[in-house]
Amino acid sequence: MDVLALSRLQFAVTCMFHFIFVPLTLGLSMLTAYMETRYVMTDDDTYLKMAKFWGKLFLINFALGVVTGITMEFQFGMNWAEYSKYVGDIFGAPLAIEATVAFFMESVFIGLWIFGWNKVSKKVHALSIWLAAIATNLSALWILLANGWMQNPVGFVLRNGRAEMVDFLAVATNPYGLLKFGHQLASGYTVGAFFVMGVSAWHLLRKNRTDFFLRSFRIGAVFGLMAVIATAVLGDFHAVEVAKTQPSKFAAMESIWETKKGVGLNLLLIPDPIKECNSIEQLCIPKMVSILAFHTPDAEIKGLKEFPPELRPPVQPTFWSFRLMVGLGTFFILAALLAVFLSYRGGVEANPLFLKIMVLSIPLPYLANQFGWVVAEVGRQPWLVYGIMKTSDGVSKSLDLVQVVVSLLGFTCLYGALGVIDIYLLAKYARKGPDDDLSAILKPARQEA
Amino acid sequence: MLFQIIWFILWGVLWSVYFMLDGFVLGAGLLHYVLGKSEGEKRVLINTIGPVWDGNEVWLLTAGGATFAAFPTTYALMFSYLYSALLLLLFALIIRGVSYEFRGKGEGEGWKKGWDAAIFIGNFVPALLFGVAFGNIFAGLPMDGAGYHGSLVSLLNPYGLLTGILFVLLFAVHGSLYVSVKSRGDLSARAAAMALKLWPALLVVAAIFLGYTKFATKLYDNYFGSPVLLVVPVLAVAALLCIRLFAGEGALLRAFTASCLTIVLVVGTGVVGLFPNLIPSSIDPAFSLTIFNSSSSLYTLKIMTVVAFIFVPIVIAYKIWVYRIFREPVTVEQVLEDKQAY
Repeated sequence: MDVLALSRLQFAVTCMFHFIFVPLTLGLSMLTAYMETRYVMTDDDTYLKMAKFWGKLFLINFALGVVTGITMEFQFGMNWAEYSKYVGDIFGAPLAIEATVAFFMESVFIGLWIFGWNKVSKKVHALSIWLAAIATNLSALWILLANGWMQNPVGFVLRNGRAEMVDFLAVATNPYGLLKFGHQLASGYTVGAFFVMGVSAWHLLRKNRTDFFLRSFRIGAVFGLMAVIATAVLGDFHAVEVAKTQPSKFAAMESIWETKKGVGLNLLLIPDPIKECNSIEQLCIPKMVSILAFHTPDAEIKGLKEFPPELRPPVQPTFWSFRLMVGLGTFFILAALLAVFLSYRGGVEANPLFLKIMVLSIPLPYLANQFGWVVAEVGRQPWLVYGIMKTSDGVSKSLDLVQVVVSLLGFTCLYGALGVIDIYLLAKYARKGPDDDLSAILKPARQEA
Repeated sequence: MLFQIIWFILWGVLWSVYFMLDGFVLGAGLLHYVLGKSEGEKRVLINTIGPVWDGNEVWLLTAGGATFAAFPTTYALMFSYLYSALLLLLFALIIRGVSYEFRGKGEGEGWKKGWDAAIFIGNFVPALLFGVAFGNIFAGLPMDGAGYHGSLVSLLNPYGLLTGILFVLLFAVHGSLYVSVKSRGDLSARAAAMALKLWPALLVVAAIFLGYTKFATKLYDNYFGSPVLLVVPVLAVAALLCIRLFAGEGALLRAFTASCLTIVLVVGTGVVGLFPNLIPSSIDPAFSLTIFNSSSSLYTLKIMTVVAFIFVPIVIAYKIWVYRIFREPVTVEQVLEDKQAY
C-alpha cells in the first residue's frame, strides 16, 4: 500500500469510528432535553431521574465524539494537504463556522449542564441541555454542508489554480447538503430512539424499575417512529438529488449498467462488475427505480457503462451498503410501529420476544448509519470533489510511508482501547439503572428559582 | 490587503486566547500530581476545570478552522509538514479529553491511577509540543519549492526546545494561579506557593528566550522597523513582573489576571514579529508562507469577517456568563459530598 491508500484507510477508520458516537449524540441530546423539559413542566421526579440516567449515558458517549472529532479537522491538512489547498477557499469556511457557531455553544453549555445542577435554576438548567442539543444539530448542519459541497460543488469558480467561492449563499443552501442534513439528523434520532428502547427493554425483561423504563420506552417509541419516517422520506428526496447530481453514484447504488427508460427495481440482484452486468436479477417491480430516482415512471436512468471504468465508483460496496441500509430502515419502521402500538395499548412488558428483539436491535441503526456513509463516500469515488478533483490528487505530497503507517497503527490502537472502555462504561451505567437519590440536586436553594 | 491583515490579527488573537484559556488547564494538568496530594485534592483539580476545559479547547479548533478558511495554503502545508508532531499532540489531547469524563466513572485504584497518568501526559505533552511548534514557526521551517526538509527530530532544535520549556513554565505558573484562585485552604495555599516557586525559573527562561530570539529568528526585524511595536514585548515583561508582585502580596486573582495578560502578550510578541509571515522559510524567504501568498480570496475573507464579527462577541458573552456561574472556589468537602461532582 502507498501513502494514498493508507491515508484513505486512515480517514475511513477515523471517520467511521468518530461516527459511532455522533448519531447517538444527536438523538440522545434531544431526548434528554425533552425529558428534563417534562420535569420542569410537571415537577414529576421520574422525568428528572430520566434526564439524569439517559444524560449520563449521553455524556459517556459524547466524550468520545468530541475527542475523535478533533482528528477530523486535523486530518484534512495532515493527510489531504493538496485537497485543502485546492478547495480551502470554500471548504474551510463551513468548518470555521462550525467551530464558531456550534462547537463553542455545545461545549460551554454541556459544561454548564454537567456541573450546574446546583448553580442555576431548573429552567436555566433545562435550557442549557437544549442549547447543547441545538448546537450539536447546528454542527451537523455545517459539516454536512461541507460534505454536501464535495458531493455537489456549487457557488464557486476555478481560478488562480484552485476552487474559489463566489456565492456563499449557494454553498449554505446547497440542496444536496440540506437534504443530507435532514436525512442524517433523522437517522441520528433513530439511533437515539432505538438506544433508549433497547436499554429500556433490557430492564423490562428483568422486571427492573418497570414504571421508569416503560415511560422511557414509550418516549423512545414515539420519537423513534417520527424519526424513522422522517429518515425514509428525506432519504427518498435525497436519492432524487443523488440521481440528478451524481448519476454514477446512483447507478452503482442500484447496480444499473445500461442506460434505459422506465427502469424496474429487482428485489433480488447480484452485481457482477467484472462482466459489467448483474449475474442475478429477479422479482422485478416495474419502473420502480425510475420512480425512486426522478419520481416519474418513465425517467431515463444512466447506466454505469455511460462512464469510463476509471470514473465508476466501486459497485459492490456501494450497492450492498445501500441495500442493507434500506433493508434495515424498513425493519426500523416496522419495529417502531409495533413499539408505539404495544406501548400505548399496554403490555410491552409482557412481550419478552419483542423486548429481546429490541435489545438486540440497539446496534442496527448504528450499522445503518455507517452503511449510509459508505454509500455516500465510496459512491463518490474516484472523485474527492465530484467532477472537480480526484481523491488521488488530494493527498499530501510531503508524507512518507512510515509516517502514515505509524499514525494508522497509533489511531487503531488508541481508538480500539478507547472504544472498549467506552462500551464498558456505557454497558455498566445502562445496566445500573436510574439513581433514586436526588438529594444532591433537589436542594432547597434551587427549588425557589 | 486590508482583509488579509484583519485575518492575521484575528489569527493572532485566536491563538493568544486559546493559550490564555487552555493554558491554565494544561498547567493544572501537568501539575496534577504535584498539586493533587490526595484523592480529594485531585478531584478538586478536575472539578475546577471540568466545566470549562472543553469550551477552552474549542479555541484551538477555531484557530485551526480560521487558518483553514482564511489561509488554506498555510493550513495545508503546516499540518502536513508537522504531521508527526501534530499526531502526538492529537493523541495527547484525545487522552486528556476522555480522562476528565471517565476518571470518576470507574471503580478501583488502578482505574483512577491510570486516568491520573492520562491527565498528566495529556496536558504536559501538548504544553511542550505547542511551545516546540511555535518556536519552530518563529524561527521558520526548512521549506522551499521542493517541499519540506525537516523531520520530527529536526523540530527538537535548541530554540524549539527552549520555547517548549517556556510554554511549560508559563502554563505551570498560570495553572497554579488558577488553582489557587479556584480552591480553598491548603490546596490554594500550596498552589500559590508553587506559582511563586516556579516564577524565577520562568523569568530566567523568558530572558534567555528573548535573547536567543535575536539569533534564532527574524522576529525583531519588525520591531526595529517600527519601534512603537515594542510596546507589546515591554508590556509582556511588565505583566510577567506583575505576576510576582501580586502573587507575593497574596492578591491571587490579580496575579492570575497578570498571567493571562502575560500569555496573550508573549504570543502577541511572536505574532507581531512574524508579520506578514505565517510561517517563514528558514531556507529562502521567497518560500515563506505569508498572509498575502497563502490567503483565501477576498470574497471568502469578507464572508468570514462578517461571521466572526457577529458570532465571536456572542460566544464571548455567554462564556463570561458561564464563567461567572462557576466563579465560586471548589473545596475538598464539596466534591466528597456532592454526587454530581466528577
